[in-house]
Amino acid sequence: MNLNVSPSPAGAVIETDAVIIGAGPAGLFSVFELGLVDIKAHVVDILDKPGGQCAELYPEKPIYDIPGLPSVTGQDLINRLLQQIEPFGAQFHFSERVEVLERLPDERFRLKTDAGTEFITKVVVIAAGGGSFMPKRPPLTGIEAYEGTSVLYSVRRMEALRDKSVLIVGGGDSALDWTLNLQPLAKSLTLLHRRDEFRAAPHSVEKMRQLVASGAIRLMIGQVSAIHGTGDALEAATVKTKDGEERIDVDVMLPFFGLTMKLGPVADWGLQLHENLIPVDTEKFETSEKGIFAVGDINTYPGKLKLILSGFHEVALMAQQAAKYVYPDKKVLFQYTTSSSSLQKKLGVN
Amino acid sequence: MVKITFIQPDGSEQVVETEPGLTLMESAKMNDVPGIEAECGGACACATCHVYVDDAWREKTGTPSQMEEDMLDFAFDVREASRLSCQIKLTPELDGLIVRVPEKQF
Repeated sequence: MNLNVSPSPAGAVIETDAVIIGAGPAGLFSVFELGLVDIKAHVVDILDKPGGQCAELYPEKPIYDIPGLPSVTGQDLINRLLQQIEPFGAQFHFSERVEVLERLPDERFRLKTDAGTEFITKVVVIAAGGGSFMPKRPPLTGIEAYEGTSVLYSVRRMEALRDKSVLIVGGGDSALDWTLNLQPLAKSLTLLHRRDEFRAAPHSVEKMRQLVASGAIRLMIGQVSAIHGTGDALEAATVKTKDGEERIDVDVMLPFFGLTMKLGPVADWGLQLHENLIPVDTEKFETSEKGIFAVGDINTYPGKLKLILSGFHEVALMAQQAAKYVYPDKKVLFQYTTSSSSLQKKLGVN
Repeated sequence: MVKITFIQPDGSEQVVETEPGLTLMESAKMNDVPGIEAECGGACACATCHVYVDDAWREKTGTPSQMEEDMLDFAFDVREASRLSCQIKLTPELDGLIVRVPEKQF
């Protein structure tokens, strides 16, 4: 699949017709429906790949209620959608989260991501599903105080961990990869996992076992029950193992418990919200702000069902209204892809 | 009909009446049992429907599959009795089942 993925230079401002927030099924199909009415789109997603929940939560699981596809896996559905939207050449921005969304004096919108990418756009489509995928925070008392300084969910600068006592918690690929990467520069490294079985690439597990055998790292089987420190500086962790509790010195803890969905910055954009969902009308799927639409799992309206097929319907109606904002002087002629030569030209099939 | 007792961390009990064939997670959601989030909707992909099965019932509910065991790595305060409630299918034999809801699901 050819995706236009742009690691856009920080500070660059991209002017466009539409920005779609979220690359799940509703976001991807927005590219299609907007494309049919000549609206070019940029798509931003916090994950490093397209697909949203389909790709992150159930890539291998079959879905049985996509009309015309009696059974399709999450990943296969995404692959098919990518193929279907390919003619429209949407630009993708992965591993970025839209932090700022505000209206400009000329009625357009300004968006800014956490990576510094800025967009000026005529319409915004929020297709953010359950919100942003974010690392799970272990529910340990007082953990918030240490986050960003001595409790890290990702490592941006390895050098910052040189000569530190590092505690890595988890048993998946992230936990194993960081164990192997950080061991050479950490003062000491403890890998803590709840069981002596790892769900990670076999060669990483093997390397880790060798490091444990040579005494370069310590492997503990158990769980963190408490953390201790002063201010934002972690000092120790209490680890519960089957032999009892042990307190170990820790400067930095890296917990890897997978991802969870949180509404995130959507809550800060001045949109009317109802129980963490965005109310929309059922004619245009527009939010309380003109020109900002919400489609798929993140919206709510009477009778809403969180189904992929409902998202597809919402997207089609949304695009009709979006066209009125992007091309105020143009009358949108309703056409079928089966018979319209102009639509077929856009799809590259004619 | 299958009767299930959910015990919250504060000790409060909620008895729900449900049907065989549903999962324990589905029964919890249908009866608004607090603390069962089931973010992924039952795909064994999130570990937010974690429960502790009462010791007397552990044999009847069985042991976690490899996939469930892997996903339990993403749960908090995992114990011997830990299960993901979306992976327990209710049968008439489970009438009377008692489970505890953990303090937190992450």
